Amino acid sequence: MLATLFRQLRRIVLIALIGGLLGATLVRLGPGFGVDERELDNRLGQDSRQAIRSEHDADKNIGMFYARYLKGMLRGDLGFSRSLNRPVTELLRERLPLTLGSLAYGVLGGAGVGLALALLTACWHVPGSNLAPALLAGTCLALPAAVIALLFLWMNVPGRWAIALVVFPHVYRYSKNLLVATYQSPHVLAAQAKGLSSVRILFAHVFAPSAPQLAALVGISVSLAFGASIPIEVISDTPGVGQLAWKAAMDRDLPLLVNITVLIALMTLVANSLADIALAAWRPDVREEAA
Amino acid sequence: MKVRLRLKRIRVAQTVALVLLALVALASLAAGFITPSSYAEQFRDSIGAPPSHRFPLGTDDLGRDRFARLLYGTRVSLLLAPAAALLSTLLAALIGGLAGYVGGGFERFVTSGIDLFLSLPWLFLLLAARALLPLNTSPVTSVAITFLLLGCLGWATPARIIRAGTRTLINADFLTQARATGISGFRLFWRHLLPNLRPIFLAQFWISVPLFILSEANLGLLGLGVSEPLPSWGSMLRELENYTAIFQNPWMLAPVILLVLVVACLQIVLRTEERIPC
Amino acid sequence: MLTWRTHPCVPRSRSCERVERGSSISRVRKSANTARTSACATLLLFAITLSAQPPNELRFTLRGDPKTFNPLLVEDENSETVEYLTGGALVRLNRYTQELEGELATKWKVSENGRRIDFELRQNVKFSDGTPFTCEDVVSTIKQLMDPAVHSPQSDAFRSADGPTESKCTSPSSVMVRFPGPVASLAARFDPVGILSAHSPRKESAVLGPFTIAEYKPGTYLLLRRNPNYWKRDANGKQLPYLDSLRLDIQQNRELELLRFRRGELDMVNKLDPEMYDRLNAEMPHSVVDAGPSLDWEVVFFNQVASAPLPEYKKRWFRSDEFRRAISEAINRADICRVVYRGHAQPSAGPVSVSNRFWLNAALKPHAYSPTAATARLQRDGFHRSGDALLDRDGHKVEFSMITNAGNKLHERTLAFIQQDLAKIGIQLNIVVLDFPSLIERISRSFNYESVLMAFTNVDLDPSDQMNIWLSSGPNHQWNPEQKTPATPWEAEIDKLMQAQAGAADQKQRKAAFDKVQEIVSEKAPMLFLVNPDALSAVSTSLKNVTPAHLRPQIYWNVERLSMGTKYLSQR
Repeated sequence: MLATLFRQLRRIVLIALIGGLLGATLVRLGPGFGVDERELDNRLGQDSRQAIRSEHDADKNIGMFYARYLKGMLRGDLGFSRSLNRPVTELLRERLPLTLGSLAYGVLGGAGVGLALALLTACWHVPGSNLAPALLAGTCLALPAAVIALLFLWMNVPGRWAIALVVFPHVYRYSKNLLVATYQSPHVLAAQAKGLSSVRILFAHVFAPSAPQLAALVGISVSLAFGASIPIEVISDTPGVGQLAWKAAMDRDLPLLVNITVLIALMTLVANSLADIALAAWRPDVREEAA
Repeated sequence: MKVRLRLKRIRVAQTVALVLLALVALASLAAGFITPSSYAEQFRDSIGAPPSHRFPLGTDDLGRDRFARLLYGTRVSLLLAPAAALLSTLLAALIGGLAGYVGGGFERFVTSGIDLFLSLPWLFLLLAARALLPLNTSPVTSVAITFLLLGCLGWATPARIIRAGTRTLINADFLTQARATGISGFRLFWRHLLPNLRPIFLAQFWISVPLFILSEANLGLLGLGVSEPLPSWGSMLRELENYTAIFQNPWMLAPVILLVLVVACLQIVLRTEERIPC
Repeated sequence: MLTWRTHPCVPRSRSCERVERGSSISRVRKSANTARTSACATLLLFAITLSAQPPNELRFTLRGDPKTFNPLLVEDENSETVEYLTGGALVRLNRYTQELEGELATKWKVSENGRRIDFELRQNVKFSDGTPFTCEDVVSTIKQLMDPAVHSPQSDAFRSADGPTESKCTSPSSVMVRFPGPVASLAARFDPVGILSAHSPRKESAVLGPFTIAEYKPGTYLLLRRNPNYWKRDANGKQLPYLDSLRLDIQQNRELELLRFRRGELDMVNKLDPEMYDRLNAEMPHSVVDAGPSLDWEVVFFNQVASAPLPEYKKRWFRSDEFRRAISEAINRADICRVVYRGHAQPSAGPVSVSNRFWLNAALKPHAYSPTAATARLQRDGFHRSGDALLDRDGHKVEFSMITNAGNKLHERTLAFIQQDLAKIGIQLNIVVLDFPSLIERISRSFNYESVLMAFTNVDLDPSDQMNIWLSSGPNHQWNPEQKTPATPWEAEIDKLMQAQAGAADQKQRKAAFDKVQEIVSEKAPMLFLVNPDALSAVSTSLKNVTPAHLRPQIYWNVERLSMGTKYLSQR
């Protein structure tokens, strides 16, 4: 067990660090790297301009930059954000709890509502019971996250629930298809024919075989939620990591972007790994197959 | 009997949805005949005009006929977004399906690759693509390339779910039976496994269509979406950010309504499951 | 602050309501008790209301976190705002009258052809921590300002020549500063220079301005409290500022800012765009302020860089004076002002806004909109129509791109208008919207662009601030920067005139030289000046003594005299 956990952790850390390097490369090779809007300030003299350009020289060699970054990371120094003029460690320490809280609300709320509605429409055979959730899901998919965020602001509802509204249609749609397909399986029909209760059928014969996909859905929800948190935090001016990511991207702030990439990779990997672990605990047969 | 009745109702619904989709597609193709205004023409004396006989959905902030822009924009969104969704679904099916089918180290490698892919800032790839395009690229070419890139980048999320779905089916009876008859390898994957993952593919496809439309709208904030004056649903949806104007000009919601309608019709047309009581 | 538990009228027992029945005295006592209870309740309600918003606190927003609180290192707008509110300067430009006024200096004298300035300092002034303000503080500040190791952005305005800067106390109440070369408008250059304490243990936290920094929560808000030792008093001898505190919320989203202003959570929105202005005007007409044209420009310019990766025939177009003038005449500025800016802009004639009263060359007018005149010009330059398209003398179709920064709706709409206007004379304009860093890279590094629509923000009236734009060797000579020698005779002429105005001591001579620069720019059109947008703001009706100005900061330039409510009405 410990060996498995260690292997998972090692895999997570390695992938996250590779992600950081690739992310840094993408930023470095992208257009607009190394330019600074201060260069457009006509009051600045030649020396000041030169000083501004030199600030970016250290980041031009991506290999050396990343080596320095890793060395600093071992000391707990995640670098310095040029756009915000503050250490990255401080910025993440202030903003991460807020975003994690929003993500928790968003994932649990969105996934919870999505799954509940999916169950309702998969089980309830009243004509038209499919229509309302489908329309709601369709409308949520059709509205930009920015518009949803603005609507919520106008209604004085915290932005974190907007994240739930973005996650919900994905969870609803996938889980509804999954549950309906599973309900059609021969073993469920047999269980119904044998007179097993609905609850028992649901947990023992529907959730159990669907567990791998539901677990994958939870992992995906985290990625979706983080992706949604960026425009929502920007719109609602929530000082979280999503807002930080947007600012870093617009300012080509390499140290900040690399850290955020590593963070997103870690969050995605941990969420998916936890889902896999939970699945393995519930479905040992799946674990054996994977092994 | 009840099941047969329900099936009949589903067929009727699918026919109606198909007809509606066809009508929307035809209307967008026949935009030049339906509306005399072009999507770029500015009626500078009718800025922000309400709906009228001349302008069925009023005019926007630059005096352009909203109805004309909606029709022409439908061409862009209705053609390119499903194409991008199809591309991403196919890539996800191939990669996720193979990963789940092969299993073992290959599956772990692909899963790690998917997680890695999901965390990278692909925005910079899109910015680089825009930077590489000549400045005088036509708006149509530019938006086609944008959707192509979105399609190439949008496979990771569904691939994970498809992989999980594949793992569920890997020991299914029908596959065991197929193996017993001597079918193996790629043929087993292609002819027996993939078709049974169709519900997942279809769910992924119809979710992706509005997602790509909205992504195009969001990319417009960075200059990566449709270039003016070419309209798209995405660029028209951006108008909704002025939410107070919506109450005064509810016809601004036309693109949302059309998008929800098209997505709902797609969902009905592509539907294969039945509802079974608990 | 009053709370439920501490207030004397909160009934812990029924003592406030105890009555003695059945006697006239009891009736009087009963009515007295009732009155007392009502008064308590009213007072309590009032206290609760007050506790929700501190009295006399002005609330507005910053677009982002300030990068620094050191006034000498300020280079972003948010830090500039904080510096303006907390820093004490020797002199300040009155944003309303556009005249220079003494602050920490009561008198000043410029001599040696603009190289030397002597200040007479105000007496009995203290920093916010109580340490006295002396000439040594000024000398120390100047030394730090001009120290190359500090790289102060404000120092660039004083660096007209190489060499050391001399600053010393000529007496306990006067300071002399001598620069290595003449500096145009020398006194006005000290407006943004906040004086730091040389001796205070609190370093840059000890300030001389009307407010001090009390609390800062990064990403959320900044709270400034009144400086108890602020030197300025009103005409009645009352110490300023009138406001007790300023709360600056960190808010980037303008829709959210407007929503909060509507709800009364903010007292001021210092910069509104035209659409938001009109929206607010419809609901709260007494809250919006249009101070008239700002100093900002919206301009178009063409790529005239010789080494630009463009086809030679396009470079010929862009270098042609007639071509550029024709484009300018083909653009309907009035429509852009009326529709895109909703009437909150004025067509622009050149690099000086009509609000810049002294430096404006009033004889110049915006290029008149005339597609006929534009076509005639193009024909004179060898262009001709072929069907709907315009062709050059070699038969190339006139088609080019215009880039602008993404996320700016005004620019996107202006481009859509220009596209339609140019289509009328047969030119196909391709609109390309880029994110800002990509745009900067193209116009200042790779020069891989054809034409640009951009906004220029001007904070100063003096044209010497625009040296880097007009000098052909200047890095911001946008259409063809950092030339080794002027590429055209008219650019050489502009160079001479700009150097002349920078070196002249007499303001009239300087104005004559810069008037000529404006004439050349109007004639040769290296930049097509489209509009000067108006300075639009929103102000709560509770905020008093507001006198909107064209110059930034439009509303709170006289922050020490602003107040909430009617109590502190006083002259400017």
